[in-house]
Amino acid sequence: MSRKHLFANEESALHEGNDASLQAASVQAATLSAQGFELPTVFHRPAVRRFNNRRQTKLICLVSAAILVAIALIGVLLMPVAMESDLSQARQAPSFEHPFGTDNLGHDMLIRTVAGLSTSIGIGLFAALVSSIIALILGTVAALGGKKADACITWLTDLMLGIPHIVFLLLISYALGKGFWGVALGVAFTHWPSLCRVIRAEVLQVKQSSYVAVARSLGRSPLYIALHHVLPAVLPQYLVGLILMFPHAILHEAAITFLGFGLPPEQPAIGIILSESMSYLSVGMWWLAVFPGLALLLVVLLFDRAGQGLRRLLDPARAQE
Amino acid sequence: MSVLELQQVSFSYGAKTVFANCSLSFDSHERVALYAPSGRGKTTLCRLLAGYSKPQAGQVLLDGQPLPQMGPCPVQLIWQHPEQALDPLLRMQTSLQEAGPLEEDVLHRLGIKPEWLTRYPRELSGGEMQRFCIARALAVHPQFLIADEISTMLDALTQVQIWDFLCSYCDEHEVGLILVTHSQALQDRLATRVVNLDSL
Repeated sequence: MSRKHLFANEESALHEGNDASLQAASVQAATLSAQGFELPTVFHRPAVRRFNNRRQTKLICLVSAAILVAIALIGVLLMPVAMESDLSQARQAPSFEHPFGTDNLGHDMLIRTVAGLSTSIGIGLFAALVSSIIALILGTVAALGGKKADACITWLTDLMLGIPHIVFLLLISYALGKGFWGVALGVAFTHWPSLCRVIRAEVLQVKQSSYVAVARSLGRSPLYIALHHVLPAVLPQYLVGLILMFPHAILHEAAITFLGFGLPPEQPAIGIILSESMSYLSVGMWWLAVFPGLALLLVVLLFDRAGQGLRRLLDPARAQE
Repeated sequence: MSVLELQQVSFSYGAKTVFANCSLSFDSHERVALYAPSGRGKTTLCRLLAGYSKPQAGQVLLDGQPLPQMGPCPVQLIWQHPEQALDPLLRMQTSLQEAGPLEEDVLHRLGIKPEWLTRYPRELSGGEMQRFCIARALAVHPQFLIADEISTMLDALTQVQIWDFLCSYCDEHEVGLILVTHSQALQDRLATRVVNLDSL
């Protein structure tokens, strides 16, 4: 095998992260140098061998998703334990027994945090699903339903984007009597506009494309065109939009709960934990705010990572823009 | 034999009038070359004939009837840019199936290799995509075929192959061929009639 081929092999092995062919290439290299060939140094080989970007992104997505699902499930199982209080254990600083410490009533803060995050993920899941479905329907109707429908929906979208989220959310949640459903519906009804815009633009683009005109000329029905041309084009945007809605939904849930317009105080939720911790900060119980806050940040970042990764996987060309 | 005609058709883009009261007719025994400088409205005329655009006045008639609204259009247009006429997310065989069952013979005569069928448009060259577009248009058994500068991006050999096929296919099946081209040589070799849009 010529030297050129050999390096081509090694290069492709590095790109594919394929250990077998990399080993084969290095065995060949060893044989060649044993035979007296002098091999040039490869300057552009990565210093640390790693997966290629695509595999790395897939791994990040999978790991983030696994961690989030695990938190959600464990949180549900821990819910009864999180409500138990043990006054003999109250106000303890973080230790091996209680890694996140305990609060005024002796709740274990680690358990309470995980249970709270699970509630948040549940609300996020519901709100993001409802919100993205609203966005999908309104976006599609705006793009396909004629000028008047488009004008109405675009106006509504702009209006919703113009009002600060949190104000509208507070009003909806308060009107619906707060609690889980108040928060969930509030978040659901306020988070659709940006995704709606994206979907409208995407559907419009496909609708005006030549290949849709050709499909029509070949005698295909509007339903066929919607299912075979529009849907596949919109689906990736929709999925990514859905996942990227989670962090928003979770943060807004925590925010209005913190302000007292969301979940009831007895329910373990990050917003409740944080707002309760405020009264104890001055007494020096810093762990009540720091660990749950960090955990919330971590969950939000994980969702963001998973969403961005998915976008890169589904639409590599445009994700770089 | 069928006749495709424009009756006193007017069409304008905003203030720019492209056709005013223009009449023209083609029959299915002919191979007509349309000829005009850039921007005169060749593609617009093709779109009108194939029913992609509606004239603002006048009618497009096939055998005295307006083009059908439902089902495959009997006047098929082959686009100048095949990459725009194919859905980038569909494999070629899926795109082809849109037109209905295909004749193996047509695929073979167009030089479409079986392994291209499972590819996406981005994995094919312009010429390869154009062959699929031709096969797809023929699958609905049109009475007229409009070729809007379809060979501009093809090499000479491929051009010969495609034009030979199109001419013999149109003769066998009595399909009227309307071709738009800037090439004097093509007009001389293929067309039975040359229409200059400026004279309309």
